[in-house]
Amino acid sequence: MSIFVDKKTRVMVQGITGREGQFHTRQCIAYGTKVVAGVTPGKGGQEMDGIPVFNTVQEAVDRTGADCSLIFVPPAYAAEAVMESADCGVRIVVAITEGIPVLDMMKVKNYLKGKPVRLIGPNCPGIITPGECKVGIMPGPIHKPGGPIGVISRSGTLTYEVVHQLTKKGIGQTTCIGIGGDPINGTTFIECLDAFENDPATKGMVMVGEIGGSSEEDASAFIEKHVTKPIVGFIAGLTAPPGRRMGHAGAIISGGSGTAKAKIVAMEKSGIHVCRDLGAFGAFCAKVFGYA
Amino acid sequence: MKIHEYQAKELFRKNGIPVPEGGVAFNSDEALRIAEGLGGFPVVVKAQIHAGGRGKGGGVRLAKSMDEVRNLSNEMIGMKLITHQTGPEGKQVKKVLVEQGLGILKELYLGVIPDRSTANLVLMASEAGGMDIETVAAQTPEKIIKAFINPLAGIHSYHCRRIAYGLHFSSSLIKPLSDMLTRLYRLFVDYDCSLVEINPLVITRDDRLMALDAKINFDDNALFRHPDIDGYRDLDEEDPLEIEASRFNLNYINLDGNIGNMVNGAGLAMATMDLIKLAGGEPANFLDVGGGASAEMVENGFRIILTDQKVKGVLINIFGGILRCDVLAEGVVQAARKTGITVPVVVRMEGTNVEAGRKILSDSGLDLITAIDLKDAAKKVAELVS
Repeated sequence: MSIFVDKKTRVMVQGITGREGQFHTRQCIAYGTKVVAGVTPGKGGQEMDGIPVFNTVQEAVDRTGADCSLIFVPPAYAAEAVMESADCGVRIVVAITEGIPVLDMMKVKNYLKGKPVRLIGPNCPGIITPGECKVGIMPGPIHKPGGPIGVISRSGTLTYEVVHQLTKKGIGQTTCIGIGGDPINGTTFIECLDAFENDPATKGMVMVGEIGGSSEEDASAFIEKHVTKPIVGFIAGLTAPPGRRMGHAGAIISGGSGTAKAKIVAMEKSGIHVCRDLGAFGAFCAKVFGYA
Repeated sequence: MKIHEYQAKELFRKNGIPVPEGGVAFNSDEALRIAEGLGGFPVVVKAQIHAGGRGKGGGVRLAKSMDEVRNLSNEMIGMKLITHQTGPEGKQVKKVLVEQGLGILKELYLGVIPDRSTANLVLMASEAGGMDIETVAAQTPEKIIKAFINPLAGIHSYHCRRIAYGLHFSSSLIKPLSDMLTRLYRLFVDYDCSLVEINPLVITRDDRLMALDAKINFDDNALFRHPDIDGYRDLDEEDPLEIEASRFNLNYINLDGNIGNMVNGAGLAMATMDLIKLAGGEPANFLDVGGGASAEMVENGFRIILTDQKVKGVLINIFGGILRCDVLAEGVVQAARKTGITVPVVVRMEGTNVEAGRKILSDSGLDLITAIDLKDAAKKVAELVS
């Protein structure tokens, strides 16, 4: 079992003919993902490694039955790429693009409300159900199929670090989701936690947050009421100075809120096991999840 | 991106938001010329730096004569202004805003910011004007009136009424306020701002609304569609190493510690800084070379760290995903050859092409300390700082 994507997921890549799009499409296919279509306006009719390329998302969906979209479109056009997919009935939209204007994302977020579509990202590594389906840019081999841990993170490479340490301790993953480092994003910690709580194969969760915003605090309040499975947490940015944007557009302490300390306090209060030493993260998880 | 008050007021004026008469001066002669044009006293002289709390630090003063305008501007231009936002080292004042002084009846607060949890824009207002809005929010949240605006629907008169009645405005001022709020909202949207703030907004003795102060921050992600705003960037306000890094699209922030670090990915970079602190050291910087960095970007990032005089040791932490370890290793070797390494450098690599990367480093003959994992890296950094 897994959440959101599995071996039946039919993936279409928006921006498949670009440098990044091409490289990562090949990586996804090599991992075993069913990539069924690509979309690049003006390049309809061409093929990329045998995958048909279409001018519009609607055409790609109609002809191939794609139900999941992976977006590598540049920032200026990424918001409309998300809306195009949503309009065409795509079930899951994974937006890798970094640097989308905040106002564009605010419009997208409001536009998607009430529609039967799930947006993951933007500015994220994507989502992977190890051994079944990789929809993103994460290195496949660091993952261990079969579960029982679900991983949710606002970061990219920090997620790889955490997953790598889990795998080295023999702890597999059901699904790993990067929800993205932007201030306005699609799927939230809460939605992922809820899905993992209801996934019988998932026995525990890892939640990786960072400074900025209040999504970790919101998640903690949710966990207190609705989550029974054990959770290990980590927060990056204890040493980050206030008022500075730490790489991710969303990683900024503003007006004294969004600090790592406040997040850790809220998480521990809700029963999350917060690990402070990233170097010992794997060992910490092994203990909490009963592998030690 | 931040801009100065005088630049924000220029944008306000352009967009029909009332601001006091005035202009920017780089020396006392210019200040006098502007003051003459204002046709009366008092005149306000305001230091222009990218930091709040200027008034308390002596950066906002009243002049009652031309002599005072000359003296104050002479005093202020060149001075180090220290406020709670500049840090103890302060910031050098290079220009002042010279403005007409107003008879003030009441001070208020007005702001527009994006709300992360609802994805709406929030109009915020308060009768507690002139105060730090964060303090008001923490101590007396009931004094802040908010109107949430869905960006797909835009601003409407009911949003403005909510603010106006919440501020207990008299009927003569409701229309001017609604007009101002609408223009403020449009300015926010048209220029892709991340913050627009008027603190204080004043009601003058002759019953006019006026933005006595103006603060605008822009969304860095959207600067590509506002080439005109780019001209507002003031390099004097930025750290020289940060300017250098921005030339190569590197996410670099200069900090106070002595352990330099270079990492791919913002989250891992922050976590690496935390790890340095946990080991007993202090990070000298934040540097995210990005997921898709080239050897050239890595080379420039490493060079910037090595040229930072306060750096006594370096930790390179790379988890190869899109950025392959062999690409990283080549960049490190290039930078080390060109700049020379005079401090100990610990390298920790994992992920895509890690074997090839390690081989490039060991074949280079450079004196690099390799760490087998993050735990080992932290231990070696700790030794470095002790």
